[in-house]
Amino acid sequence: MEIVLALIVVAALAWFVARPLLPGAGRSVATEDPRIADLEARKEAKYREIRDAEIDREQGKLSPKDWARVDAELRREAIEILKELDRVRGERTGE
Amino acid sequence: MAGLGLACLIAALCAFGYAAVAAFHGARTGDRRWVDSSRRSIYAAAGLLSVCVVVVESAFARSDFSFELVALHSSTTTPTLYKLTALWGSQAGSLLLWAFVLSVAASAVLFATRHRHREVAPYATAVLGGLGVFFTGLMLFADGANPFAQLDPAPAEGNGLNPLLRHPAMAIHPPMLYSGYVLFSIPFAFAIGALITRRLDASWIRSTRRFALLAWIFLSIGIMLGARWSYSELGWGGYWGWDAVENASLMPWLTGTAFLHSIMVQERRGMLKVWNVSLIVGTFALCLLGTFLVRSGILESIHAFGESTVGTPLLILVAAVLIGSTALIVSRLDDLRSARRIESLASREAVFLVNNLLLVGLALVIWWGTFFPLISEALTGTRSSLAAPWFADYTTPLAILLVLFTGIGPLLAWRKISAGAALRIFAWPLGVTVAVAALLVAFTDAAGEPWALAMFCVAAFALTGLAQEFARGAAGLRALNGGSYVSALGRLMGRNRRRYGGYIVHAGIAILFIAVAASSSFQTSRDVRLMPGDTVEVEDYTITYAEPSADIDPEEQKLTFAARLDVERDGKSFSLSPSRNYYSGNTGDPSAGPIRSFFEGEATSEVGRREGASEDLWTAMQPDLEPLDPLIAAVDRRLLRRLPEIGPEGPTPEQIEQMREFANAQGDAIERLAALYVANPLPVTFRINVNPFVIWLWVGGLVAVAGALIAAWPAPAARRRRVSDVYAARLAKELGRA
Amino acid sequence: MNPARKRQIRLVVALTAAVLLATALVYTSFNASSEAKSPSELLSGAVGDGTYEVYGKVVPGSIKRNGADMTFEIADRENPSVKLPVEYTGQVPDPFRDGREVIVTGRLVDGTLVAEKDRLITKCPSKFAAEAEEDPEHVIIDESLDGS
Repeated sequence: MEIVLALIVVAALAWFVARPLLPGAGRSVATEDPRIADLEARKEAKYREIRDAEIDREQGKLSPKDWARVDAELRREAIEILKELDRVRGERTGE
Repeated sequence: MAGLGLACLIAALCAFGYAAVAAFHGARTGDRRWVDSSRRSIYAAAGLLSVCVVVVESAFARSDFSFELVALHSSTTTPTLYKLTALWGSQAGSLLLWAFVLSVAASAVLFATRHRHREVAPYATAVLGGLGVFFTGLMLFADGANPFAQLDPAPAEGNGLNPLLRHPAMAIHPPMLYSGYVLFSIPFAFAIGALITRRLDASWIRSTRRFALLAWIFLSIGIMLGARWSYSELGWGGYWGWDAVENASLMPWLTGTAFLHSIMVQERRGMLKVWNVSLIVGTFALCLLGTFLVRSGILESIHAFGESTVGTPLLILVAAVLIGSTALIVSRLDDLRSARRIESLASREAVFLVNNLLLVGLALVIWWGTFFPLISEALTGTRSSLAAPWFADYTTPLAILLVLFTGIGPLLAWRKISAGAALRIFAWPLGVTVAVAALLVAFTDAAGEPWALAMFCVAAFALTGLAQEFARGAAGLRALNGGSYVSALGRLMGRNRRRYGGYIVHAGIAILFIAVAASSSFQTSRDVRLMPGDTVEVEDYTITYAEPSADIDPEEQKLTFAARLDVERDGKSFSLSPSRNYYSGNTGDPSAGPIRSFFEGEATSEVGRREGASEDLWTAMQPDLEPLDPLIAAVDRRLLRRLPEIGPEGPTPEQIEQMREFANAQGDAIERLAALYVANPLPVTFRINVNPFVIWLWVGGLVAVAGALIAAWPAPAARRRRVSDVYAARLAKELGRA
Repeated sequence: MNPARKRQIRLVVALTAAVLLATALVYTSFNASSEAKSPSELLSGAVGDGTYEVYGKVVPGSIKRNGADMTFEIADRENPSVKLPVEYTGQVPDPFRDGREVIVTGRLVDGTLVAEKDRLITKCPSKFAAEAEEDPEHVIIDESLDGS
């Protein structure tokens, strides 16, 4: 009895595992383009940096002059990332 | 059922193995069908191991002694809760737990990231599959590690759970620790994948950061529970003894903490990449080492489970992980180098780097001290060991510096703090610190313990700085949006969970270290030997040994000798009841008689404790049973004469009757012994400790864990998108211009 | 000073500090550690002044208690005629009695081992339940022996 049960479980799981490989399995799970994922991650991190710089200015740790410099630099870097994102996305739709 | 369990275990091994191979193949060929299949195989392993766990736990619940595991570690007299938690009191059971948590965690992370990490995830899957193969393989191929091993014929009764483990804290301590250890394998696996594919950007961190934080939370809880158990159950009255196994759980906690901080720098500034991969490899290696230390008995320790068969394979795995990962890191050094440098020493980045150094330094010191017996044996031929004082000598100054920097970090800004701002920001914390120092020196004897005084000062600095951060943040929000102070605080936390959750963790740690310093440096400990009626004065407590008592619990086969202590202080009085539990001997000397065996095995202490905000009064007792020895010997001789000689065919019906009478007689003897103890009191040695501030240790720990949970809590997706959109809109203007 | 030079200096300072600390660590650990020794090794006089972990057996009949203090004699595992007197204060493990194997840590003072507080470990004779079970003399008491 136990053996039958075990065999059924194993067979069911084996089918579940092999399904993507069988013909007629449909498309494999869609995944993000790693370059886009990387750029998105960098973009979010950059936004967080901009926000943190603002908080630092609010808290008085950064003088307005220092903050202006840092903020401008961060925005420049953010724009670079956004441009790169657009470029890569453009490449993709052109595929 | 065991057959089903064993079949599922073997299938799980195959599932893990297939996952590793298929994922690797999918990674090499780019064929995503293999990757999808490998992921499903990990899910399958999780399902199979769940069946295994259910089979074993149901065997425990049913007291099915045909399972060797149940026979060795449980008994019909074990309370139900401890029957179920006995699973991890054994080697086979803890391996099963490890593999099970690994499969569930791996399934969770692979499911959550199934649409991402196209290149990294397959390698991560392969690593996790490989680890799964190792642990399930150990269960199947190492001696004595099979949870489904059968006994034929099945014994009628089991050995019972080691009495030291019959404590709620001990019930959850192992799964907490093991979950912590296992969860660190997730960021480790993804780091390996990132190294192999050279995708060393921020995205592997983003997906695994929560798992690292979760691992940290579980480890912290596990360590605190262990300390709590030690304090409540062991007769020496401390919460930390620098025992090898305690250290084994602390080391990965230290490097894991460094990792959690250091990845913040990588996420933001792309720096410290080499540190991060090294830290996660080191942390995971230490987690495996921690598992090895508990299971191998290679170092003398109160945990020593004795020589085990899995020690060597685990050690080989640790070596393989270290060597393989190091080779991989070295080969990718060019990709890991960052273009950026730390701009200024007065920046968060610099503090985080110092933080890394301090934490790794602490871990190295503890590692050296823990493994010193082996190192000295290798170098000099004799085994030498280091005790608590050496550890304290080195960890105390490092811990003080650590708390100092947990205070400095939050006060600084990323990149650089403006010159004038520094003075303003540090004014209050420094001022409060100086005031605290002055008050302590003037009104307490803190000056006599310079290390403790230093710790109190840096902790005061840290706490003031943190309070200031919250105050300024809330004030800023109120200025913008109005509302009450409390609601501003709430909004502050919601707005930036990571930062303010992290601050709460820091606050918890500072409180914890205040408690550690106070309870270590200002503890009063006395051992006294009292007869009933004797009184002793400890600090401002007047303690009288009022009367002995005894109790028998036939369910748990437990004999308890207790003492009632009447305590008086400042006109207020209360009672403490420390006691000692003796268990029917299945863990002691096999040649001892039935009554003697009660006193030969592991006895446990019930501590008598009065916890207060400023100090704990703590007592443990140990009766001197020597005067009873001749009596016990005589009773045992009489009892053993009643025991029949059982032949190879098993007991005859008269013999069964005789054995039942024997059991009754034993029960009677124990009852008479208990009555004797109460009527003719014996001298009892009491250890009486006055431990200042210990309760703040537990409070600090809870606060730290709460802070970590807040930091880990995901912001609602809608809010994240909103924030993103705001910035996108703002930048779009500039984009248009540029 | 240019930033690269500053960084170099920082690195050198950090490395020097690390090396100094590591040296201190190694040196003090060898000094502060307790070597494992047997009573005969200790009594033969070939040992210095430090603390030692002495392993051996408790000599039967030698245990004397005086308030919270205790004295006993510890003998070599292999050679029971060699006896070392021990003075001990602190928690006494439950399995501690005549003939048990113990590890006690302390300093040798005038031929007596003065033990450090709580540094007394007693080995249970059959630590592992499995071994106990395999012992033919071991009796398992069962109340439910009614043929079920």
